[in-house]
Amino acid sequence: MAEAAVETGRQYAVKTLDVEKEYVMGKQSLMALKGISVEVMSGEYISIMGPSGSGKSTLFNMIGGLDKPTGGKVYIDEVDISGLDSYELAWLRCRKIGYIFQTFNLIPVMTALENCTLPMIFAGMTSQDAMDKAAELLALVGLGDRLRHKPLELSGGQQQRVAVARSLANDPAIILADEPTGNLDLRTGKEIIDLLRRLNKEKGVTIISATHDLKMLDVSDRIIWIRDGMVDKIEKRSELDIEVGTLEGEEA
Amino acid sequence: MLTDVKERAGIKRQIKLPNREAFKIALRSVKIRLWRSVITMVGIVLTIAFLSSVMTSGTIAQAAASDRTDAAALSAKATQVWLIAISLLICAVGITNAMLMSVTERYREIGTMKCLGALDWFVVKLFLIEAVLLGLIGSVLGATLGFIAGLLAGMSQYEHLLGAMPWGKALQNVAVAIGIGTGLAVIGAIYPARRAGKMPPADAMRTEI
Repeated sequence: MAEAAVETGRQYAVKTLDVEKEYVMGKQSLMALKGISVEVMSGEYISIMGPSGSGKSTLFNMIGGLDKPTGGKVYIDEVDISGLDSYELAWLRCRKIGYIFQTFNLIPVMTALENCTLPMIFAGMTSQDAMDKAAELLALVGLGDRLRHKPLELSGGQQQRVAVARSLANDPAIILADEPTGNLDLRTGKEIIDLLRRLNKEKGVTIISATHDLKMLDVSDRIIWIRDGMVDKIEKRSELDIEVGTLEGEEA
Repeated sequence: MLTDVKERAGIKRQIKLPNREAFKIALRSVKIRLWRSVITMVGIVLTIAFLSSVMTSGTIAQAAASDRTDAAALSAKATQVWLIAISLLICAVGITNAMLMSVTERYREIGTMKCLGALDWFVVKLFLIEAVLLGLIGSVLGATLGFIAGLLAGMSQYEHLLGAMPWGKALQNVAVAIGIGTGLAVIGAIYPARRAGKMPPADAMRTEI
């Protein structure tokens, strides 16, 4: 696998190798992931699709270093993240990865601007520089005039934009989005997807999005289908066009 | 080999939370839950006021009758020590309870902070600063109130008290009471803060309340 990356001159942004996750609740145990191996090249826009409970979000947590797999390995930029100590892991979360969540997860007591500055403050930037950059990022996502608003004073779509701006704070190589459109209506969801796609094109950020929003299919380079904790199939967008019709029929 | 790969990927360890920023965040968390903060603080104020007034009365009684030690006074003192110890204990339990609630309520916020790169001790630091703020404000208020109460009680008992009052000792008492109150708040907050800090981000965010 590694040789292939060298040959093509492109690097893997994320690679998982037989990742397993078992949740133990008392005497019962549940295999949420049953050996998932996927590779994501840097600069790709990937959607992880699958029904609820298929393990998408669990996989998302593994890739993001938010939870530890019970088996297998996760590599980010060719580094096995199980070998990182808590400082290095924090650094990785702070600098390398930007997170976007279904529930936005903004800090409610902070303004849009302050929410965006937080990762930069953790990264050691001075307060003034962080504010300037946060204002720039908020302008980029179309919220230049909402800097001083608290999350509760913003609409869902606007809150998710703030989250997108925050995820970009430290120029991450990878943006992980867990159901970014799950709490949004069709139109605002589309806007967020377009925004992510634009960032992917303009900044070359790798985007990995767990979703069951079929609107995502149009913009993804590849789609990884997960079912029952296993990879069902991996499709390129070019192969997909024929199937969308039937899929939508299925879901509806 | 591993360090080599890490270096190539540019993974470092430097993550910061400057005190000034931590203080700002903690202050805001106190302010946003003002009502609850006030209730927690009232507990500290009352406890420390009690402690401070007892200490002040003790100092006054000593100054007024420095050469006398009678058994009644000593046994009264023993009861007071008990009362003080119990009130301090209750105060610490109250703070722990309030902070635990505050931690539970903020699971998601804590998880989010960790996703953004916060280390465990950032979270601990934020909660401890909050406790210090509550403890300090509460103790200063309490110690002052207690001192005034003790002084008024003393003045009704002894004439010419203001002239004979050992002010140095009295101020020292107030300082000690403030110290004890703040310390108590921190002790009460250590367990909740550590619990908050240790949570894995995924777990913290999965929790729904």
